[in-house]
Amino acid sequence: MTKQEALFEYVLRKADDTLILGHRLSEWCGHGPVLEEDIALTNLALDLIGQATELYQYAAEVENKGRNEDDLAFLRLEREYKNVLLVEQTNGDFGKTIVRQFLFDHFQSLLYERLMNSADEQIAAIAEKSIKEVKYHLKHSSEWVIRLGDGTEESHNRVQESVTDLSRYIEELFYQDEVDEILIKEGIAADTASFKEEYYNNINAVLSEATLSLPEKMWQLDGGRKGVHSEHLGFLLAELQYMQRTYPGMEW
Amino acid sequence: MKDLNINELDRKFQEKIDNEIKIEPKDYMPEAYRKTLIRQISQHAHSEIVGQLPEGNWVTRAPNLRRKAVLLAKIQDEAGHGLYLYSAVETLGADREETIDDLHSGKAKYSSIFNYPSLTWADMGMIGWLVDGAAIMNQVPLCRCSYGPYARAMVRVCKEESFHQRQGYEIVTKLATGTPEQKEMAQESLNRWWWPALMMFGPSDADSKHTAQSMKWKIKRHTNDELRQQFVDVTVPQAELIGLKVPDPDLKWNEETGHYEFGEINWNEFWQVVEGYGPCNKERVDARRKAKEDGAWVREAANAYAEKRAKRKAS
Amino acid sequence: MSKKEWPLWEVFIRSKQGLSHKHAGSLRAADAEMAINNARDVYTRRSEGVSIWVVESANVVASDPSEAGPLFEPANSKAYRHPTFYDVPDGVSHM
Repeated sequence: MTKQEALFEYVLRKADDTLILGHRLSEWCGHGPVLEEDIALTNLALDLIGQATELYQYAAEVENKGRNEDDLAFLRLEREYKNVLLVEQTNGDFGKTIVRQFLFDHFQSLLYERLMNSADEQIAAIAEKSIKEVKYHLKHSSEWVIRLGDGTEESHNRVQESVTDLSRYIEELFYQDEVDEILIKEGIAADTASFKEEYYNNINAVLSEATLSLPEKMWQLDGGRKGVHSEHLGFLLAELQYMQRTYPGMEW
Repeated sequence: MKDLNINELDRKFQEKIDNEIKIEPKDYMPEAYRKTLIRQISQHAHSEIVGQLPEGNWVTRAPNLRRKAVLLAKIQDEAGHGLYLYSAVETLGADREETIDDLHSGKAKYSSIFNYPSLTWADMGMIGWLVDGAAIMNQVPLCRCSYGPYARAMVRVCKEESFHQRQGYEIVTKLATGTPEQKEMAQESLNRWWWPALMMFGPSDADSKHTAQSMKWKIKRHTNDELRQQFVDVTVPQAELIGLKVPDPDLKWNEETGHYEFGEINWNEFWQVVEGYGPCNKERVDARRKAKEDGAWVREAANAYAEKRAKRKAS
Repeated sequence: MSKKEWPLWEVFIRSKQGLSHKHAGSLRAADAEMAINNARDVYTRRSEGVSIWVVESANVVASDPSEAGPLFEPANSKAYRHPTFYDVPDGVSHM
């Protein structure tokens, strides 16, 4: 694998994470639990779709095969999407959406903090712009985890169940392979192992304030980075790609 | 205040209105004025909120990243506008949740246009171009409405909405100048949305029971028919410019009046949709009701947490 | 279990450094942090602000409109508080 191939793959993975999660959040638009929160969730979706757009643009540039950001976002096969499984999980109730967001935000925050110092200028620039958004997302989702966890008995039970369910997807956030190894050597990618402990400390601190906890041991799932997904992604892509697939080659 | 009788208060109130002095929340106002405003502003707020739904249909299917972001931002604005308007309703002493419950029970109305389905991507263009276009025509005069909080909310709404109609027309233009399939998609969509858009201005002046009083109170500045005519006059040339045909065989330019003449609106359809029998009335209200019911535990949890925390702080 | 609505908050926004906070509108929130977050999402979507104040509406004390006369009209007759009240000879500058 060349450095260029690794870089393309790396940026694409990050782009897919943000696009798919942004897509999931956008499904809330018009259906939030209260008007103010409807607006907040849409803001998160917009931030993530904005980040995805910049990442795809850069991936397209690195690839240099004449594809643009929309070709990458809309016209790949399911096996070619490289997002982690966590982000494609269905919205469920508001609590599940918040827990999914919470687990992701804490990871993104630590990742982007490091990528701001990436030897790749473009990645560093995107990370620097995105970190401000991510810090806000983190505040929003963490505060909600606490409200729901330490709210009513019902909310506690619901959100604990989501924490338990979604904890199966945490380890995959730290997944690394040849792609990462090549880029870590170049000072481009961040070594996820270097902030794993900090991640668990951070989420456990919030969970404990919320009177919630991660399960003792949970079988961990992965495959997203290799394009092997859960059943949910296919349906998501069917909607996402509908226009581009039905009317090939047209401009909108 | 006690020593003035009601007639005297009413006279002074009308005098303020006639002198273009805004009425503010705690000022004296006749009960009928308050009720009219509550009805109108809450209908307006409901329209923004229900209006999120037909467009929300297409967020996950938007054809590219730019369109997806723009559509999301637009729908989000609508939620914001609903919120500004509910806030204005609350200054009149109406409770937001009770106002929303009236929507869910079918007691309160909202713009009938949102009871039509959004079936193709072109509909996102038509909603922006025609529906927002018609809404703006209604809303601009409301920035001068006699009730301060409503007028201020509308200033904000109009400022934010200025991009909504443009993005809609941009979508339609792109289609109308695209492939034959795209052009067909645009024309077919215009055929479905044109008449409902004209109905957005409400019943004809002859049948509008609230117009005269609302104009005297300067809640309204133009009649329904005046605004409808203005809409037709500006919109028809916009359609022609991009080669779309307005689906009205009676449409013709009248040199003498300087206005377009247009065909008769199907008022039977209008009233049926208003009464709840449109293609999507049930889906729209059900969706809103479901959002509220599904969110009940979340709202309760946040309350419970706030209470617990306040107690901990106190002890 | 509490069925009650979240309290109403008034939102004040400083649009840029050097200006005072100005009333922007209101919203519902269960607690102060949420009120700040919601104010940010609702009222600063177009970079309208650099600082936010929120205060529970129940804590705002307002003057009574029926007392507007005694409260505010006496100031109308005190034109000497305004610089244009004073005659200054033509040709005087920096005053």
